[in-house]
Amino acid sequence: MPKTLRVLPGLLCLLSAFGQGGNTSSVVKEDLLITRSAPGHPGGKLVVSERAEPKTLNPVTAVDRPSRDVLFQMHADLIHINRATQRTEPALAKSWNVSKDGRVFTLKLRQGLRFSDGHPFDADDVVFSFQLYLDEKVHSVQRDLLLGNGQTIAVDKLGPFTVRISLGKPDAASERLFDSIAMLPKHLLEKPYQSGAIGQTWNLTTPPDQLGGLGPFRLKRYVAGQQITLEKNPHYWKTDSKSTRLPYLDGITFIVVASEDAEVIRFQAHDTDVISRINAENYALLEKEQAARGYRLQDLGPGLEYNFLLLNQNDDTAGRLPEIERKQVWFRDKAFRQAISAAIDRAAIVRLVYRGRGAPLWTQVTPGNKMWLDATLARPSQSPSRAKELLRSSGFTWDSGGKLIDRNGKRVEFSILGSSSNSQRMQIANIIQQDLAKVGMDVSVVPLDFRTFVQRVTQTHEYEGAVMGLVSGDADPNPEMNVWRSTGATHLWNMGEKNPATPWEAEIDKLMEQQATTLSYPTRKRLYDRVQEIVADQLPVICVTSPNILVGSKDGINNFNPAILDPYTLHNSEELFWNPK
Amino acid sequence: MSKTAKAAMLLLCLAYGMAIFAGFFAPYDYAEQDREHPFAPPTRLRFVDSTGKLHVVPFVYPWRSKENTFAEYEADVLHPVAVTFLVKGGEYKLLGLLSCNRHFLGVAAPARIALLGTDGYGRDQLSRLIWGGRISLFAGLVAAAVALGLGMLVGSVSGYFGGVVDGVLMRLAEVFLAVPWLYLLFAVRAFLPLRISPSEAFFLLVGVIGVAGWARPARLIRGVVLAAKEKNYVLAARGFGASHLHILLRHILPQTWGVFLTQAALLIPQYILAEVTLSYFGLGVAEPVPSWGNMLGSLQQYHVLASYWWMLAPALALIPVCWAYYAVANFAHERLEFLH
Repeated sequence: MPKTLRVLPGLLCLLSAFGQGGNTSSVVKEDLLITRSAPGHPGGKLVVSERAEPKTLNPVTAVDRPSRDVLFQMHADLIHINRATQRTEPALAKSWNVSKDGRVFTLKLRQGLRFSDGHPFDADDVVFSFQLYLDEKVHSVQRDLLLGNGQTIAVDKLGPFTVRISLGKPDAASERLFDSIAMLPKHLLEKPYQSGAIGQTWNLTTPPDQLGGLGPFRLKRYVAGQQITLEKNPHYWKTDSKSTRLPYLDGITFIVVASEDAEVIRFQAHDTDVISRINAENYALLEKEQAARGYRLQDLGPGLEYNFLLLNQNDDTAGRLPEIERKQVWFRDKAFRQAISAAIDRAAIVRLVYRGRGAPLWTQVTPGNKMWLDATLARPSQSPSRAKELLRSSGFTWDSGGKLIDRNGKRVEFSILGSSSNSQRMQIANIIQQDLAKVGMDVSVVPLDFRTFVQRVTQTHEYEGAVMGLVSGDADPNPEMNVWRSTGATHLWNMGEKNPATPWEAEIDKLMEQQATTLSYPTRKRLYDRVQEIVADQLPVICVTSPNILVGSKDGINNFNPAILDPYTLHNSEELFWNPK
Repeated sequence: MSKTAKAAMLLLCLAYGMAIFAGFFAPYDYAEQDREHPFAPPTRLRFVDSTGKLHVVPFVYPWRSKENTFAEYEADVLHPVAVTFLVKGGEYKLLGLLSCNRHFLGVAAPARIALLGTDGYGRDQLSRLIWGGRISLFAGLVAAAVALGLGMLVGSVSGYFGGVVDGVLMRLAEVFLAVPWLYLLFAVRAFLPLRISPSEAFFLLVGVIGVAGWARPARLIRGVVLAAKEKNYVLAARGFGASHLHILLRHILPQTWGVFLTQAALLIPQYILAEVTLSYFGLGVAEPVPSWGNMLGSLQQYHVLASYWWMLAPALALIPVCWAYYAVANFAHERLEFLH
C-alpha cells in the first residue's frame, strides 16, 4: 500500500497494479509475454489433489512430487520446455544467442518484471540463483542436473538485463537444461544463503509475505495436513492476445488425498476439478459415467515411463551375500536374460494390467517419445520355445518334474521384489512369475513396503530380481544419463561401478557421452538408436511395458491441454479458465 | 447333541473334508491362469436351454469376451457344454501322495467353467476358494492348538503352584495381551528372508498367531485349576503322597476339559480370521498360493470392490464356518463346561 501512494505521477500505475489493464506506463515498461492460447476471462478457482503433503516450498531442496507440483506454479524459468510441443520457448529470457560451439549463451531478460511481492526482477537475481544452485555446500537438487557429466557453468552479468552463461563442455540439450530451474529473489534469499541457513528457509510455515516467485501463483494459505492454497500473482508477466493479464484463475488449492482410489472418489464427487495419472481400472470406472457426471477423461497415449524387470548384477555382493552371488551367475548370463525376455507375455500385461491402455516395450524408449524412439528395433512376441532354446544353449537343462536346473545341477529359483503399494507393478510381477514357471523357473513374488524396497535395490543390493519403473522428466536422452552411464547414480543393475564392468557398458558410456555433446540432432539420434539396440540385445533391464497417461477434467474448463510430460495437467495453469456461469 | 450342534458339526466336516481333498473337489489348479477371461462373472448352471427344453444334466454356456472390451462377456449360446461329474482334468496329488486326474465336477476341455467367476488373471475362484480353504481352515486349527497347548501349560503350572511362579507367569501373560501384534508383524516382514516357501510361510504364520494368543486361554485355565486344586479328592491324593505331575494329569486337568473345548471352538474361528487379516495385508502365503485372506486382498482396490462382486466369495464362505464353530462352542459351554 505505501508503494502505490508514493508513485504520484502514476495514476495509471495505480490502475494497472490491480491487474486489469495490459501494458502499463510505469517507470520501466513491462516486457510481457503474449500467449497464443484462446483468450478467456478471469475468475474461478481450481482444486486438485496430491497424494501426500508437500514437504517444503524451497526449490533448492524440494525432491518430492507434491512439493515440486506446488513450486511449479509459484516459480518461473529462463527458457521453458512447452510440455505440449516438447520444444523450448522463451520464458524469463526474451531472446538469446548461442555461440557456434554451443557453449556460451547470452540471454536478454524481460525488463520491468516484478516478483510476486512486487520487488523488481533483474540480472542480479539470475546470477544469485545460479550461485545458489551450483554451490557445493548447498547440495541443491539442481546441481547434479546442471553439473552432471563433468560439466562446469559460469554465469556473468553483462548488464542490468543481460546475462552470459558459459558451459565448460558443449551440451546438445543445453537449452533444455534451464527448464524448471526457478529464478529466485536475491532480496529475500541472500541473507539466509550467506548465513548458511538456506536449506531451512521457505518451509511450509513461512508466512506468504516472505516468499517471492515469478510464477503465475503465489502462496495464500497453508493448513497443515489438509491443503495449501495459492492465489493469483498480480505481477505475472504473461497476458493473452486481448491484453488480459494472466492467470485467469483466482487461485489453485492442493488438497491432500492419501490414495489413488480416494482421489477417484473425490473427483467423481466434484471435490476436485482435475485428476492426473489415473490407472486403467479407475479410468474404466470413471469412463462409464462421464457424460452423466459432467467430467471428461482423456487417454494421451504412452508416456515416458518404462517398467522393467531388474536382475541383480551388482559386483559388491561378492563375499557379502553368497546366496545372491550364486544366482548372479545366471543373471550375468546374456542368454538367461534374453530367455526371460522371450518368455514374458507383454501383450497379456498390457491387456490385463493396463486394460489395453499401455504399450509393450523392448527397450527403454517408449512410443510416446516420437523424436527419439528407434522404430527399426525388433518387437518379438512371447515365445516360450525360443526361451527354452536360449536356456539350452547356455547349458541349462530340465529335471523330470519340468523344473529348470543350471550347469551345477541346482534348481533355478529366485525371488522378485515389488513395492506392495503399487498394485500394477505387483500384477506385472505375478504375470512374469507365471510366464517363467512355464519355462521351469521357480519364481516367488515378494511384496515389500516402498521404503524397504528402495533401500534394498539402491543401497544394500540385497535382492535377486525386482519389478520397478523409471520415468524421465524430459523426452531428451540427457536426463537419462544417470541410468545408462556406468558411474551414474541410477545405474541400477550394477551400482557404484568406477569403470564399466563389460565391453557393452563401455560402448554405452561412449555413445551417451558423444550424443550429449554433439549438437546435430540426426547424429544424436543415430548414436542413441545404437544405445537402444544394445539395451534391447544385452538387456541390463528387461523392459516390459509403458502405461498410457490418463487424465480427467471437469466440464467447463477451457484451454485444458494435458501432455505426456510432467506436470501432465497443470503445465499451462495460467491459460486455464472456466466457462462463465 | 442338539440339532443345531449336529448341523454345525456336519458343516465343519464338509468344509474340512473339501479342504483335505481340495485337488478332487476343485475343478482346476489354483495357479492356472486364463488370460483371455479376466474377471469373468460366475457361469450359471442351466437346466432349460434356449429352445425351452428341460435337461436333467445341467449345462453351461461358456463366456465369450466382447470385442475390444475388457472384462465384458456374453454367454456363448450356440455352444452349450454339459456339466459332468468325475470329469478328467488337470493332474494333482490326492493327499499329497497319489497322482490323480479326476475332478468332482467340471466340463470337458477346452471349455472352462467358473461357478464363482474368475479373478484378474482369469483364475477360477471356486478352485482357489477350495484350495485356499486348506490354508485358512487349517491355519486356524493349528494356531488354536499352539495357543491352547501353551495356554494349558502355563495356566496349569501357574494355577497349581501359585506364589512367585504364578506372579511371574501372569505378568508375562499381561505383556502378551498388551502388545499390538499387527504392527509388529509388519515390521517383522521386512526382516524375513526373501524367499519363504509356502509351507514355511504357513508355519510362521501359525506360530506367530498361536504365540501371540496363548495369554487369554492361560488365564482361563488358571482359574479352573485354582478352583480344582482345593477339591477334597485332590487334597486326599496329596495326602496319599501323589506327585505333582500325577495330580495334575489325573485329577486337575480333566476338569479343564470343558473350558478347553469351549475355548477351542471360540479360538479357531478367531484365528481363521487372524490368518485372513494377515494375508489380506500380504503377511501370509505368497502368490500364487491362495488363502482366503490373500484372495480378499484384491478387494483393497476400489474398482474390484465396485465392479466384481464375486471376489467377495471368501468372506461369504467364512460366515457359515464361523457360525458352525460358535454353535459347537455354545453346545460345549452349555453341556460340558460344568461337568465334573
